Amino acid sequence: MTTLSDLKPGSSAKLVQIGGERGFRRRLMELGFLPGTSVRMIRCVKVGDLIELEIRGCHLSIRRSEARKLWVEPAR
Amino acid sequence: MGRTRPIAEGETPNRLGDREVLVAVAGNPNTGKTTLFNKLTGSDLKVGNYPGVTVDCHTGRLDLSDGTAVRLMDVPGTYSLSARSQDEQIAVQAVAGLDPLELPGLVVAVVDATQVTRNLYLTLQTIEMNVPVVIALNMADAMARTATKIDVEAMSRELGVPVVATSASLGTGIDELRREIEATVADPRRGQPGWRWMPQSNELQDDIAAVERVLPPDWAPEDSDRRRALAVWALLSIDGNDELSEVPPDLRRVVDERHELANAAERSVEEEVIRGRYSWIDEHSPRFLLQGQPTRTTRTSRVDSVLLNPVFGFVIFLAVMGLVFQSLFAWADPAISGIETLFGALAGLTKTVLPEGLFRDFLTEGLIAGVGSVVVFLPQILLLFFFIGVMEASGYMARVAFLMDRVMKKLGLHGRAFVPMMSGFACAIPAIMATRTMERRRDRMLTMMVVPLMTCSARLPVYTLIIAALFPPQKVFGVPVQGLLMVGMYFFGTLTALAALAVLSRTLFKGPPVPLVLELPPYRLPHWSSVLRMMWQKGRVFLTEAGTVILICTVVLWVLLSFPKDDQISQAYDLQRTEVTTVLTGEPLAEALGGIDAEESGAYLRDSFGGRLGRLIEPVIAPLGFDWKLGIGIIGAFAAREVFVSTMGVVYGVGDDVDEESVTLREKIKSERHEDGRAIYTPLMGLSLMVFFSLACQCMSTLAAVYRETHTWRWPVFLFTYMTVLAWIASFIIYQGGRLIGFD
Repeated sequence: MTTLSDLKPGSSAKLVQIGGERGFRRRLMELGFLPGTSVRMIRCVKVGDLIELEIRGCHLSIRRSEARKLWVEPAR
Repeated sequence: MGRTRPIAEGETPNRLGDREVLVAVAGNPNTGKTTLFNKLTGSDLKVGNYPGVTVDCHTGRLDLSDGTAVRLMDVPGTYSLSARSQDEQIAVQAVAGLDPLELPGLVVAVVDATQVTRNLYLTLQTIEMNVPVVIALNMADAMARTATKIDVEAMSRELGVPVVATSASLGTGIDELRREIEATVADPRRGQPGWRWMPQSNELQDDIAAVERVLPPDWAPEDSDRRRALAVWALLSIDGNDELSEVPPDLRRVVDERHELANAAERSVEEEVIRGRYSWIDEHSPRFLLQGQPTRTTRTSRVDSVLLNPVFGFVIFLAVMGLVFQSLFAWADPAISGIETLFGALAGLTKTVLPEGLFRDFLTEGLIAGVGSVVVFLPQILLLFFFIGVMEASGYMARVAFLMDRVMKKLGLHGRAFVPMMSGFACAIPAIMATRTMERRRDRMLTMMVVPLMTCSARLPVYTLIIAALFPPQKVFGVPVQGLLMVGMYFFGTLTALAALAVLSRTLFKGPPVPLVLELPPYRLPHWSSVLRMMWQKGRVFLTEAGTVILICTVVLWVLLSFPKDDQISQAYDLQRTEVTTVLTGEPLAEALGGIDAEESGAYLRDSFGGRLGRLIEPVIAPLGFDWKLGIGIIGAFAAREVFVSTMGVVYGVGDDVDEESVTLREKIKSERHEDGRAIYTPLMGLSLMVFFSLACQCMSTLAAVYRETHTWRWPVFLFTYMTVLAWIASFIIYQGGRLIGFD
């Protein structure tokens, strides 16, 4: 298990657990970040501290620091 | 606004009473919702693809084919009806018709065809509210249209509501959407299929039932589906640190209890509900999403790999920001000078055609000068919104937010605050108007409260006058002192703004942390008509709303600085005039008369209400090293900081057509003395004065703009108070501290 922020661009993983406080978890789950869902890392911009993800065929960007609270199982 | 009666079976609501049916337009941010709204109403709303472009509720009218019309209301873009703040609560109030909003007869759910699964989450919530729904499946851009394969009929069948494919930007499908709205308003049941998913576990059903029992009685009393949906809304939205309004304590207590119960049983109510909706979407969407979701166009990905590149991306970003800054600072200048010259000429013309007197003075110095001081902001406002419009419509604004987020987050804001903050270097007025590009109210307020601390271009003439008059043109270690001071003032203003941001975001504007979610929309060419429409709208709003306040303030200031007109003063100067006429002729006479005129204006000003006010505040500003004449200058500068220079010109009787380069004015102020013979204008006092001008909110237009954006006087008053107090303290420390260590 690793966190979402550690994924390499282009690689996919399955969400295992959403951490953080309740409001934060709810917001992300409502955007489709539910345990069991596949995500793919599109891009990681270190200077901007944001990552771009593909989830359920939709593109979204979230903060890297916030992505550290999301645990994933990398796909082989 | 009152509440409409719920729609009962068999009734056609738009023929029930005189009132037209309300149709709410809801959708995720960045779905083309605003553009669609414009197409339906023909109104002139701002358009762009920057997420969260609509913050206010906009309304419009849509004419139907049978001669009736419906009222349209734009719901702020959101990913979910669940809310943590009053801001977010607007969406659920608008869709479910909770107080103070009216229950819509229909909701148009705008769904982005390239992001269907995420968009359907909000659509499902809306359907659960049991308001009739019509889906506008909007094709975000022409590229996506060719890639997407969505079976519209199958989608309509699965969801149980009418679905219309539209393209807001091309204007296709609008007529069909209008027909569906009309048909569904006439027969609401077409868009009311009932809940699409059912809470599976007994525990969740118990949770919902328990919360339903304590919902306020006026929340959808006659609609069991909507009441259940509102119970689910409460279960997801209410938590320990939400900022929701009008949540009864009973409801809050029961929701907390249910969560505690669930926690004890290692359940998550949120996850169960959210998973219920997404399971439905995952199960049913393959039946209408025929080719899966289209992936991002390669063109956008290629452009992003350059524009979001850690090196090139930043270089390009700096170049773009440099261009914006340069244009606000330098390119707007000819237009600003042109407007000033124009209004100056207009005042001059009025002076020649009207007889001398109070009315003429009111027209030229009050009214024309007032209108001029409003119009003078237009070039910068139009230019800034030209750039914002292009950046939003092209998709670059979202990338700017992406690139700047790390820096801005440290200060308690996010990437989107960067453009307004930077614009503050040119002028706070357009910068305050640009805070609209941020979704959260808290972020907008916070930005507005610190932007006026940035060193705007109006402070430059004041700094120039003080530096040139009081500091020697020497070099220290090969660097000119005067230039160094100017750069120093810029740094001082910027650092204070950032410090204020850090302090305010951790105190007054402390809010629950919200995860930043950004969409990076595909790049596209901006529609020039939309950009122009936004510039026109911003300019018009500024002229009519903020402009009125500025105009009134100018007239009030004119009265303060012009009255009373003591006859003794004019008699004394008339006597002098007669004297010089007898001894002088030609050129020397004209010069002497001009000097007497200037001194007379000075005498009037010193005797005016403003002058007396200057004396009144002298005890307050004396510890900063200022005398009462400077007090007049500070009062006059409230019209605009640069007015300080001309006010000081009048106070010292050298006329009002001086500028910061004026040698006469410089010499005059250098010779001013305190009663004990010390020079008033020392470098130390100059520093104190510059710091005061850097921090004090000496700008009524800024306050007017904040009033316009916040619709309350609370924030302008707070802004003025905190900046003035800050300025006083800082100047006090500089002046008294400087004297303590031996400067004078």
